[in-house]
Amino acid sequence: MGKVLMKGNEVLAEAAVHADCRYYFGYPITPQSELVAYMARRLPEVGGLFLQAESEIAAINMVYGAASTGVRVMTSSSSPGFSLKQEGISYLVGSELPAVIVNIVRGGPGLGNIQPAQSDYFQVTKGGGHGDYHIPVLAPSTLQEIVDLTMDAFDIADKYRSPVIIMGDGMLGQMMEPVEFKEKVESKQFDKSWATTGTRGDGGPKIITSLELDADSLEKRNTLLQKKFAEMKEQEVRYETYCTEDADYIIVAYGTVARIAMNAINKARETGLKIGLIRPISLWPFPEKPFEETRKRVKGYISVEMSAGQMIEDVRLAVNGHAPVDFYGRTGGVVPTQEEIYEKIITVAGGLKYEHENGI
Amino acid sequence: MSMKTVFERTTGLTEKPTHYCPGCTHGLIHRLVGEVLEEMDILEDTIGVAAVGCSVLSYEYFNCDMTQAAHGRAPAVATGIKRVLPNRFIFTYQGDGDLASIGISEIIHAAARGEKITVIFVNNAIYGMTGGQMAPTSLIGQKTATTPDGRNASVQGLPIRVSEMLATLDGSAYIERVSTHDVPHILKAKKAIRKAFETQKQGLGLSLVEVLSTCPTNWGLDPHESLDWVRDAMIPVYPLGVYKNEAGGN
Amino acid sequence: MLQEIIIAGFGGQGVMSMGQLIAYAGMIEEKNVSWLPSYGPEQRGGTANCAVVVSDQQVGSPLVSNPSAVIVLNNPSFDKFEPKVRPGGLLISNSSLVARKSEREDIKVIDIRATDLANELGNSRITNMILLGAFIEYSKFLSENSIIESLKKVLSEDKYHLIDINKRALRKGAELVAVF
Repeated sequence: MGKVLMKGNEVLAEAAVHADCRYYFGYPITPQSELVAYMARRLPEVGGLFLQAESEIAAINMVYGAASTGVRVMTSSSSPGFSLKQEGISYLVGSELPAVIVNIVRGGPGLGNIQPAQSDYFQVTKGGGHGDYHIPVLAPSTLQEIVDLTMDAFDIADKYRSPVIIMGDGMLGQMMEPVEFKEKVESKQFDKSWATTGTRGDGGPKIITSLELDADSLEKRNTLLQKKFAEMKEQEVRYETYCTEDADYIIVAYGTVARIAMNAINKARETGLKIGLIRPISLWPFPEKPFEETRKRVKGYISVEMSAGQMIEDVRLAVNGHAPVDFYGRTGGVVPTQEEIYEKIITVAGGLKYEHENGI
Repeated sequence: MSMKTVFERTTGLTEKPTHYCPGCTHGLIHRLVGEVLEEMDILEDTIGVAAVGCSVLSYEYFNCDMTQAAHGRAPAVATGIKRVLPNRFIFTYQGDGDLASIGISEIIHAAARGEKITVIFVNNAIYGMTGGQMAPTSLIGQKTATTPDGRNASVQGLPIRVSEMLATLDGSAYIERVSTHDVPHILKAKKAIRKAFETQKQGLGLSLVEVLSTCPTNWGLDPHESLDWVRDAMIPVYPLGVYKNEAGGN
Repeated sequence: MLQEIIIAGFGGQGVMSMGQLIAYAGMIEEKNVSWLPSYGPEQRGGTANCAVVVSDQQVGSPLVSNPSAVIVLNNPSFDKFEPKVRPGGLLISNSSLVARKSEREDIKVIDIRATDLANELGNSRITNMILLGAFIEYSKFLSENSIIESLKKVLSEDKYHLIDINKRALRKGAELVAVF
C-alpha cells in the first residue's frame, strides 16, 4: 500500500478498521463528524456495523453492550459530547470492558467553540467520571502516528480489559497528511472468555457488572483495579524526546502543539540556544522517566499547551522541584504560533533580546 | 401412595433467594420471565440486561448471561449486544424510575429503531430502592417521599403512560400492559411475556410488557391491600390490554 | 525547501481544493506535506482558508502564521492575509474581485483577473485553477504535471471530463506569470 492523503478524522476511522474494530456507535459533533461519516460508509464494507445513537450517552452505553460480547468497538466525540460519555466510561472501567474512545478536543468550557484545544487534559487523565480510576490516554501528533497508536489502543484495551482514550485536538482531526497503512499483521489474540454471549457451549452464566454492594468486596475489587493501573503505569508509557541531551531548557508539549513547538525549537537552536522537547505520547500514564533523566541538569522546563495550564501539573510532579517549570498556553481555540513559542523561549532562556521578526 | 410433582423451581432462575420485600411482585415477575425462557428453551441463547433500582441485582437471579447497565441505559446496552449478536435473545428488566424517567430517551429511541429486544417494564408507580420517591408513573394524589402532600398535577405534572406512548412508534412490534394483582392476571402476564419473546424471535421489532406491580413497603400498605390498590387505583389510570401486536394472534 | 502557503477566499471558490491539489502534488513529488483547513460556520458562505506546508523536512507546524506565499480570491481575504506575507514572500491576488492593491515593497505581488479570465474560458469555476497555474509557474517548486496527476485524485471518475478545462486554466495562469 502506498501513501494516501487523508483527513485526521478519517485516518482514525480507517486505523480502527485496520485494528479489526467492526462496531462503532456514535453521535455527530464538530470537529470530529468526518469520523462518524467515514464509519457509516466503511464499516458495512467490511461486514461491520455502524449505528448513529440518539445521544452520546446512548452511544457509550451501546459501546458498553457491544464490548460485553467481547468484540472490538469504538466511539468518538468532541469535548461537550465526551462529557456526556463520562458516565458510561466510568461503568466500562468498573465492569472491566475494553473499548476505544476518541476525543477530538475543542474549546470549552460549556458549548465553547469548535476550534482546536487541549483543555480536556484533566478530564481524560484524572478520571473525569466518578470513582477511583485511570484510563490509558494516547495523544498522537501526526496522522501517521494515529495509525500506529490506534492499533496500540485496541491492543491495550483488550490486554487490560479497559477503555482507552485517544485524544487529539480539532486541528489533528481536520488536517490532511500523507499516511501509509502498512500491510496488515495478524492481530494479537486476547482472552475473551469473560464475555457474555449466551451460555450455550461455554458453561454457566456469566455476569458483567460494576456493582459490589458489600464495602469489603468493593475495596477488594478496587485493589485489583489499582493493581491493573499500576501495571499499565509500568508497561504503557510512551514518549518521544528531541534534542534533550544537551538542552538547557526543555519544552514539554503533546499533540499538534508539540509540532508547532518543534519549529520554534529549531529556530532557537539556529540562534545557539540549547532547547529540547519532551513529547508525552501517553498522557496517562504520564512519562516520568525523561524528566528524571534531565531534571538535575537543565535550567528549566516550559509546558506549552492549548489550555490554561493542565499538563503543567504533571510536569511539576515529574520534575519534583528540581527545576523551575514555566508555562505558555492559549485557550478558547486559539492555537499558539511558533513565533509566540519562540518568544517565550527567548524570554525564559534569556541572553537574547527578542525582536519581533516577521517570520521565523 | 405415589406422590405427584405439581410445582418445581424453574431452571430460568438461579437458586439464590431474592432480596425483595415481602409482598413485592418483582420475584413473581422474575419467575414468569424465567419460566418463559425455560419453556421456549432459549436460556442458553439469552443475555439479560439488569437495570438500576430494586431490580439492580436481578443478574443474580436470572439463570443466563447477564450484563448490568447504568441507570436508564439498559435499552442502549441491549442495542449494543443485539447488534453484535442478532441471533441471541436480549431482554432488559427495568423499573418505572429507570425506564420512564432517566431512561425515557433510551427506550423511545430503541423502540423507534425497532430494536429486536424484549423489555420487561415493571411499573409500581414509585421509586423503591431509593426510598419511595415520586416516579413519572406515580398517580395524581399519590403520597411519596418527594410528594408528601400527594402528587399535584400543577406542580409535579401528570403520569406517563409508557405503553400507549411507545405503541405510537412504528418500530415497536408488541406492547401489552398486564397486572399481577390476582392469579388470572398473573397467568395473562406470563402469556404476554411469552408473546414478547416470540415477537423477538420473529424479528419484528421492539417488544415490551408493562407489568403493574406492588410496593407495599413504600406505599405503606400490607401485601393484600397493595394488590387491591393495583386493581382499584392503578388499573383505571393504566388500562390493561394489548397496545401493539404486529405478529397478530393472541 | 519549506513552502508555507495560505489560500483564502469565499466558500465555494475552490480554495480548499487548491490547497489539496498542492498537498497531493507535493506528496507525488515525495515531499512532506500537510493541509489544514479553517473549519466551522465560517465555511458556510463566509471566508474559508487553508494552510499548506510543503517541505523537504518533516512538517512541524501545520499552522501557518507567516506564509511564504498567499493566494487571495476576495476582498476580506486580502485584508486578512496580505499583511502576513513574510518579507520576500509572494502574494497572488484575484484582481477581478479584490479591489485593493498591495502597497508592500518587500514582497512579490502578482495580480490576475482570474474570475474574468475564467469566464472568458467559459467556466467561472476554474478561477482557482488559473491562480494555481500562476502560483506553480512562479514558485517553481512543483511541476504542472503533478498538479494534473493530483486532479485525478481530487476529482471522482465521473468528473474526469473536467480535467481538460482545468489543464487549460492552469496553462493560462502559467502564461500570465511569464509577463511578471
